[in-house]
Amino acid sequence: MPQTQGPSVTYVIAQANVPSSPAGVGTEDGAVALPQGVEHNGVEIGATPGEAHAGGFPPFDAHTFPSQLIWLAITFGALYLLMSRIALPRIGTILEERHDRIADDIEEAGRLKAESEAAAEAYEQALATARGKAHAIAAETRDRLSADAEASRKSLEAGLNDKLSAAEAQIAATKTSAMSNVRGIAVDAAGAIVSGLIGTQPAPQQVEAAVDAVVKN
Amino acid sequence: MASSEIDPIHQFHINKIVDLGAPGGVQLAFTNSAAYMVAIVAIIFFFLTYATRGRTLVPGRLQSLAELGYEFVASTVRQTAGNEGMKFFPLIFSLFAFVLIANFVGLIPYTFTVTSHLIVTAALALVVIGTVIIYGFMRHGTHFLGLFVPSGVPAFLLPFMVVIEVISFLSRPISLSLRLFANMLAGHIAMKVFAGFVVMMSATGIAGALGATLPLAMVVALTALEFLVAFLQAYVFTVLTCIYLNDALHPGH
Repeated sequence: MPQTQGPSVTYVIAQANVPSSPAGVGTEDGAVALPQGVEHNGVEIGATPGEAHAGGFPPFDAHTFPSQLIWLAITFGALYLLMSRIALPRIGTILEERHDRIADDIEEAGRLKAESEAAAEAYEQALATARGKAHAIAAETRDRLSADAEASRKSLEAGLNDKLSAAEAQIAATKTSAMSNVRGIAVDAAGAIVSGLIGTQPAPQQVEAAVDAVVKN
Repeated sequence: MASSEIDPIHQFHINKIVDLGAPGGVQLAFTNSAAYMVAIVAIIFFFLTYATRGRTLVPGRLQSLAELGYEFVASTVRQTAGNEGMKFFPLIFSLFAFVLIANFVGLIPYTFTVTSHLIVTAALALVVIGTVIIYGFMRHGTHFLGLFVPSGVPAFLLPFMVVIEVISFLSRPISLSLRLFANMLAGHIAMKVFAGFVVMMSATGIAGALGATLPLAMVVALTALEFLVAFLQAYVFTVLTCIYLNDALHPGH
């Protein structure tokens, strides 16, 4: 195997160095592979399928250039037309539509966000108002309740004071009557003592006056 | 026949499928290369139209892929040539898609790589440079030649700078076409050579078959590398196209 490989490579390189003489190579190869070569004219032979791999370094084989150039022009021209007329506008439209759609969606999202922020603000405001109102109601209720309590406390105190003063009056009356009873007893006892000492009954007015004078002192 | 199977150059041969004769002494034929070109265009077009058939707002997998390609090329154009460059978007997208799919199709075993032929990459590069020159003169007239006159250079250096700028401009299509061609050619030859080692070594017996695992691993690694190169070269071709077209749009330095 290496034997067949070696010469083949050197042969190819040697041919690659002389691409400018395809006619000589062609006739030389024509002798090697007759079947298709003979039917065409001499110049063409070098590129016929049978012996093509022996006809020099293919990329520098000028016989193939016209065909390649023409087919490249046709295919690349077709590709350019297909791309510029059909395929690229189509992809471009898709991308543009998506771009527009995304822009629209972002705008919509921004609008909704603003809306929701406004709603949140309104809610906050309503909450603040409600809280204020609740505070006011609570304060009012507290005031009212404390006023009620104050009033009832005052009326209760007043009642108690009345009862107290009545009780004090009663005590004073009782004390007065008790004191007047004591005075009677003192007058009687003083009269009895005087009559026991001196044997005569003193006048009650005198005794009373004397007792009062003592009591007053 | 066995030697042609292992011949690393065999994969680049152009075979006639339909001979179209030789009008005016120029032989024309529908070749395997032409068949692959047609297939590439068909793949690109049918993929893009099939993937976007639903035109759905939320893209499926295929539509995502199509949109990804579109956005990728579009952002490349915008970054290198600005929004004005978008008028060349169909051309740049076509170039990118053609080169990318040609490179990827060529990675399938037994296929032909359209971009491994210098004449194809040179033609594509000439399309780019031709567009740059024609559009440049249409848009800016003789001001387009200002591209070759860098500003802020001392007067005595200016002639040399103009010569250098002209040479650099003329070398653009050459480097653009050679880069893609050489990458594809070299990569495919390297893969084929290592794959040939596997076949040759395993034919020598058990020891050879065991030893063949090394080039086999190399082929696997090279295949991965070639996938990267296939994409990268298509991308490089696209970016350079954008940069050159940017010169046509804004010739001032």
